[in-house]
Amino acid sequence: MLNIQNIKKQFPIFQNQPGLVYLDSTATSLKPKVVIDKIKEYYEKYSANVFRGIYPMSEKATMEFEETRNVVSKFINTNKPEEIVFTRNATESLNLLAYSLGRKIVESGDEIITTIMEHHSNFVPWQVLASEVGALFKIVNIDNKGYLEKDWNKIVTKKTKILALTYISNVLGTINPIKEIISQAKKINPQIIIIVDVAQAVPHQKIDVVDLEADFVAFSSHKMLGPTGVGVLWGKERLLKEIYPFMYGGDMIDEVYIDRTTYKDPPHKFEAGTPAIGEIIAFKEAVKFLDKIGMENIQKHEKKITDFAINRLINTFGQSIKIYGPKNIEDRGGIVSFTFDKFHPHDIAQILADEGICVRAGHHCAMPLHTRLNVPATVRASFYLYNDENDVNKLIEGLKKVKKILE
Amino acid sequence: MNIYQDIILDHYHHPHNKGKIIHPNNSVLTNNPLCGDKIEMMAIYDKDRVKEIKFQGEGCVISQASASMLTDYAKNKSKHELKKLDSKFIIKMLGIDLGLNRIKCAVLPLEALHKLL
Repeated sequence: MLNIQNIKKQFPIFQNQPGLVYLDSTATSLKPKVVIDKIKEYYEKYSANVFRGIYPMSEKATMEFEETRNVVSKFINTNKPEEIVFTRNATESLNLLAYSLGRKIVESGDEIITTIMEHHSNFVPWQVLASEVGALFKIVNIDNKGYLEKDWNKIVTKKTKILALTYISNVLGTINPIKEIISQAKKINPQIIIIVDVAQAVPHQKIDVVDLEADFVAFSSHKMLGPTGVGVLWGKERLLKEIYPFMYGGDMIDEVYIDRTTYKDPPHKFEAGTPAIGEIIAFKEAVKFLDKIGMENIQKHEKKITDFAINRLINTFGQSIKIYGPKNIEDRGGIVSFTFDKFHPHDIAQILADEGICVRAGHHCAMPLHTRLNVPATVRASFYLYNDENDVNKLIEGLKKVKKILE
Repeated sequence: MNIYQDIILDHYHHPHNKGKIIHPNNSVLTNNPLCGDKIEMMAIYDKDRVKEIKFQGEGCVISQASASMLTDYAKNKSKHELKKLDSKFIIKMLGIDLGLNRIKCAVLPLEALHKLL
């Protein structure tokens, strides 16, 4: 069991915002002091550029920077740090793939598959790519319980070049059976490239990319207690070598001549220009923080609190609360999206905000999914390691106030 | 200041000018895809003046109250006068502090009115 009071003490924001009920970790997580201190350490003690200076400060910065690559690679269980590419965020990682991989392998008449539950960042890049090259853009639907359609035999074909899908839906909370999907898809078409958006998974449960047998995964530091401006793209070494570079410039080149240029090996091939050095250096503190608490403990805690929240919502408001996504708590991450009576999600979020409760209202960058659910917007409460039953109770009290004001 | 003032809630619960005009001179539909708000607005003109104006649609408290108050205001005003209205007028009309994210809800009816004129 997690000691929430003890965990909260390590997040300075709870001292600076007394009474804060933060239920929006799916959008971005709060940051522990160790992460903030590490950023400060870089800027105050060795704020040099990486890979350039021969002087000790630059060597220290480079060493700290590369150490994050090691820590992250171990965290997702690839023991090859050179397979970890730093980007700005998961969105950039996915866009990188649409350019560097998509434009290399997808041709007219091929197929690209994604799902209706994707975040726009794993939907639009593929939609645009398909339209540019004349490929078929196929969308896997969900059933009315919030699970992906299962007849992969009808979905994946020999013409499918890319399957891009999320591990955990940022709206429904559905945990997709990714390992099983990958194994089925590769059985039908061994050449298929599978890209998994793990932005909502890596912060909340143990992910082993080798065991998953995915080809690429993408996630963001800021959703897992780390700084903003840092994303990760993991890819199989062979594929990272084959695909095109993304951006051209400093650090990523090997030799430049008047008539030609050669590039460095991955991961540096994809890291053009000065990166977010301080943020990347501090990112490893977030990973270590999570590791120390233990991903299994975090997952268990989130399941408990999500279960508690769903039961309290239903017991308090009955039929007037409609919760989206799987009913079985085992198939769901710490995300509860709902609509409440005829009240508009923006009004609900606004009245909750006045009570110091932070939730998200809107389509959560998943407009195709909301169209499928036939609602313009939902309210989303999401939980992380610093949330407890008190936060849920305050949410319930806040919703009672919503009812009182708007009814 | 609280957004959900009595006057705002009163317009939300009992909107003025909500409904349909059977034979309007003009009718428009405006929506905000971000929150799903939709406003249909229609009017009958007497030369240059708004003689009759109505709206219908779904939306949050702010957009509904704004539509109710704005259509009240628009009656018997000239097209010329109404074209000059801007978001500052809407904020003043509602009399509440709106954060950056809610201004869009408040001005949606104004967008509809400008399209209508």
